[in-house]
Amino acid sequence: MKSELEYTNLAGISGPLIFVQGVKGVGYGDLVEIRNGSGEVRTGQTLEVDEEIAVVQVFEGTTGLSIKGTRTTFIGKPLEIPTHREMLGRVFDGLGRPIDGAPQVISDLMMNINGLPINPYMREYPRDFIQTGISAIDGMNTLIRGQKLPIFSGSGMPHNRIAAQIARQARLLTAHEEFTVIFVAMGVKFDIARFFIDSLEESGVLPRSAVFLSLADAPSIERLITPRVALTLAEYLAFTEGMHVLVILTDMTNYCESLRELSSSRGEIPSRKGYPGYLYSDLASIYERAGRIQGAKGSITQIPILTMPSDDISHPVPDLTGYITEGQIVLERELFNKGVYPPIAGLPSLSRLMKDGIGEGRTRKDHAQVAAQLFASYAKVKRIRALAAIVGEEELSDLDKIYLRFGNVFEERFLSQGYNENRSIETTLDIGWEMLSVLPEEELYRISKEDIQRYYIPQKGDV
Amino acid sequence: MEEAAITGRIISVNGPIVKAEGLVEISMFDIAEVGPDRLIGEVIRLEEDLAIIQVYEDNTGLKPGDEVRSYGRPLSVLLGPGLIANIYDGIQRPLIGIAESCENHTLMGIVDRCYIKKGIKIAPLDPEKKWDFKPTVKEGDIVREGSVIGELQETELVLHKTIVPPGIAGKVEFIAEAGGYSIEDSIYTVVQGKKNYNGKLADYWPVRKPRPFKSKKNPVTPLITGQRILDTFFPIARGGTAAIPGGFGTGKTMTQHALAKWCNADIIVYIGCGERGNEMTEVLNDFPRLVDERTGRPLMERTVMIGNTSNMPVPAREVSIYTGVTIAEYYRDMGYNVAVMADSTSRWAEALRELSSRLGDMPAEEGFPPYLATRLAEFYERAGLVETLSNEEGSITIIGAVSPPGGDFSEPVTQHTTRFIRCFWALDKILADARHYPSISWIESYTEYLNDIQEWWKELDSEWMTLRNDAMNILLEDTRLQQIVKLVGPDALPVSQRFILFCAEIIKNAFLQQNSFDPKDMYCSPDKQVKLLKAIICFFRKGKELLSCGLELSKLQSLDAVSEMVRLKSEIGNDEIEKIDAFIQRLESSLNSLKEEVNISHTPDFSKGKSVVKE
Repeated sequence: MKSELEYTNLAGISGPLIFVQGVKGVGYGDLVEIRNGSGEVRTGQTLEVDEEIAVVQVFEGTTGLSIKGTRTTFIGKPLEIPTHREMLGRVFDGLGRPIDGAPQVISDLMMNINGLPINPYMREYPRDFIQTGISAIDGMNTLIRGQKLPIFSGSGMPHNRIAAQIARQARLLTAHEEFTVIFVAMGVKFDIARFFIDSLEESGVLPRSAVFLSLADAPSIERLITPRVALTLAEYLAFTEGMHVLVILTDMTNYCESLRELSSSRGEIPSRKGYPGYLYSDLASIYERAGRIQGAKGSITQIPILTMPSDDISHPVPDLTGYITEGQIVLERELFNKGVYPPIAGLPSLSRLMKDGIGEGRTRKDHAQVAAQLFASYAKVKRIRALAAIVGEEELSDLDKIYLRFGNVFEERFLSQGYNENRSIETTLDIGWEMLSVLPEEELYRISKEDIQRYYIPQKGDV
Repeated sequence: MEEAAITGRIISVNGPIVKAEGLVEISMFDIAEVGPDRLIGEVIRLEEDLAIIQVYEDNTGLKPGDEVRSYGRPLSVLLGPGLIANIYDGIQRPLIGIAESCENHTLMGIVDRCYIKKGIKIAPLDPEKKWDFKPTVKEGDIVREGSVIGELQETELVLHKTIVPPGIAGKVEFIAEAGGYSIEDSIYTVVQGKKNYNGKLADYWPVRKPRPFKSKKNPVTPLITGQRILDTFFPIARGGTAAIPGGFGTGKTMTQHALAKWCNADIIVYIGCGERGNEMTEVLNDFPRLVDERTGRPLMERTVMIGNTSNMPVPAREVSIYTGVTIAEYYRDMGYNVAVMADSTSRWAEALRELSSRLGDMPAEEGFPPYLATRLAEFYERAGLVETLSNEEGSITIIGAVSPPGGDFSEPVTQHTTRFIRCFWALDKILADARHYPSISWIESYTEYLNDIQEWWKELDSEWMTLRNDAMNILLEDTRLQQIVKLVGPDALPVSQRFILFCAEIIKNAFLQQNSFDPKDMYCSPDKQVKLLKAIICFFRKGKELLSCGLELSKLQSLDAVSEMVRLKSEIGNDEIEKIDAFIQRLESSLNSLKEEVNISHTPDFSKGKSVVKE
């Protein structure tokens, strides 16, 4: 039953919400068209309905709307977007409307932007190694096709460069399939969006990319829709067209702030730091759209980027994200200040899917053990550095001094690399062995004797 | 099964909470079918003539004025053969059935199959499948509630017993002959007073009502998990309760998976509550392939899964843990030891918070409703070792993961949980960062079952308690000494204390750390655990003695046997533990030869050496 009745006048406006009185037959979650006195059209969605009043969030914000003269039309279906292959190579606004001057996309396949939960029984467990060419990721926090692996960053750190480098260099070892990139900007500045578009263009990826921009000056509520629109296109490309899609979402912190704004204007009871109690479920409805499904050729890999307010990893946004995503790449201020690029923190970074995507036949047999040993040894370096800060380096035992040397070369040789340097996984592991060989053989207790014999490089004339 | 329905109409929709009027005579926690798609909902509050219903499916598009129907039945699960090896969502819809119901070979069909669409209604158990049933009673026998009236082989591992439901007793008037029956066939008739009860292989039970039993008992047998830090240091008893709290990335799910794989329960109920979809997929992929060490059969044959992932509707997450524990009780009543893994109870608590906030309840701590503690207590109290209605022993062990925001254990869910559990396995971020798995802290964790179950271990090895306590003391002493080391460095400590640091390091690497991907290390039998511990403690005791005789610590540290000791766990399988005995002998002889060395070279310094280590 479609009820395209038009209602004039509003009962109230509060923040991004409008209240429409006397509505009939309006469904929860329905799409709404709002026209102000001068005929400008906006879009919204019903959040709450009862027999009298419908609460509608307006994606474009309520600036310029008045109680009198505003007309609303309830369209009896949720927000849908057209999906088509032709959307690649195009630039859209936060609601999925083209802003590159080219004509509107026409497709007979309209898809609900909220998607549907994937049946876990029909998921395909992700196992294919993606070589990003970045040692800290490939070697120690491997990205897998179909994974959701966020970058936890702080203001001023080079998360965008890292994401751009991944988008440029990502490839599979087994098949020569190219990644389709969907770039989603939420509340970021124009120059960051420009940087991504330029970088996609330079590396020739732009023709197989789609860009969705809800920049810092766009209405905040629009950002709640942007990732959903982009992921709807991603699902279509991956599961219907069989493409491998890499979705970069930046910056999720801005998204969460929009959600907080909406929640507070609805007068909901806040949980931590004013964020709504359903922030976890809401984020999950975005992140869980990554993955692979049985029978479909394509995949969706997500790299959400978020800046941690005052580098605090226990802030609700990184915290809840970490509970949903399959690991995290954490950038560290200390490494950044030392001039290490990419400043990927050795210890708090993690890839949960790494264990099944590496090893013999996928990367190299020694990969898991090398990574485990690097983690363990680097953790020891951190302990020794803390000790050295108190007792002084001279007071350390000889072995501890060797560890310090290991720590330094690890940061300088293994972690550091150029923005244009694309290392193969073989190179990454070989560098890893070079680093481990700084340590005495007996210290490598996470590695089998067989691999030590094969790869360990004995030090000459060194104690 | 069209029964007389009461109908009403929706007056408002706010997220998954729907208010409806006109539903007279509806009771609390009755099921309601909401709107044109007949979405499943449950009555959670009644206010005069208003019923407040939480809807378990995506309810976008619901309108005021839409119809609500109810049959006056509480939300129930269907209990019968076919539960094992199945995977359900929070309201017991079979996920495999949902996928297969839209079998289609077009490309869009493949895509369609992968999603859970709203309004899908599929029977939880296959109504067609014939089970090979054998009666165990005769016509004319008197049966009571809980009596076993017949058996069938549900999987190779599980002998399914058909039980007279609670509340039914009397003379068996009819019992089916041995043969193939579906869950819809009548199997037996019991005359109860003037009424006849017609029994089938399957029956409904309301999820929020614990199934009855005769009495609770004190748990005395450990649930062996094959994880050294748990079995040896923080054991749990069959019928016990445990919580695994930990921030993200500390390995809650990894630990839950390891427990589900290796613990020696008869039945596993794995509840993925508000967690990642891929984790359920991983279990679905791994369990049919992994073989149970004791029975040689795939682990899937003893596992029931409830998967309500984080992107599925929130109210169904709230009910999923009740669905899981009710299924567990059903198997407990057959006399099985059941282990329930709930991952994660925090997501369940958050679902409670979200729903209570939509109802406008006054919040208690951090927005959680004031009844959070009561609900947690009710849930954990459904664990226990019981004498069933048929006088058998059955147990439910509940292991709940907790996901505290920011890894801070002082938050409400962790704090309330600790009041109702007796085993606390705290995950530690620092250990996880160093990739020390399982990253269970030996400082913060505790168990209250140690005294109850120590007899079991003593039967295996009379020295067990001493070995365990010695190792624990080394670890505790190590923690204390590390505080000093942080200030002055290890070299400032006397040699005996440096030796303790060294032994603690061995315990951490050779015993506590366990690789869940190493085929020899992923499961460690109780025998192997004791033997490994023996080797380490033997080194500790002898080493201490030698140091007091004046031996240099570096001689002990550079012993070949030490680096060998660290690799024992991954080089010696559970079936060749005599090799550990041989190792202990070698270790002893090399320590003895060091002793001879000391006696020759250090005799004059004996008194001096002793004074150094005297504390």
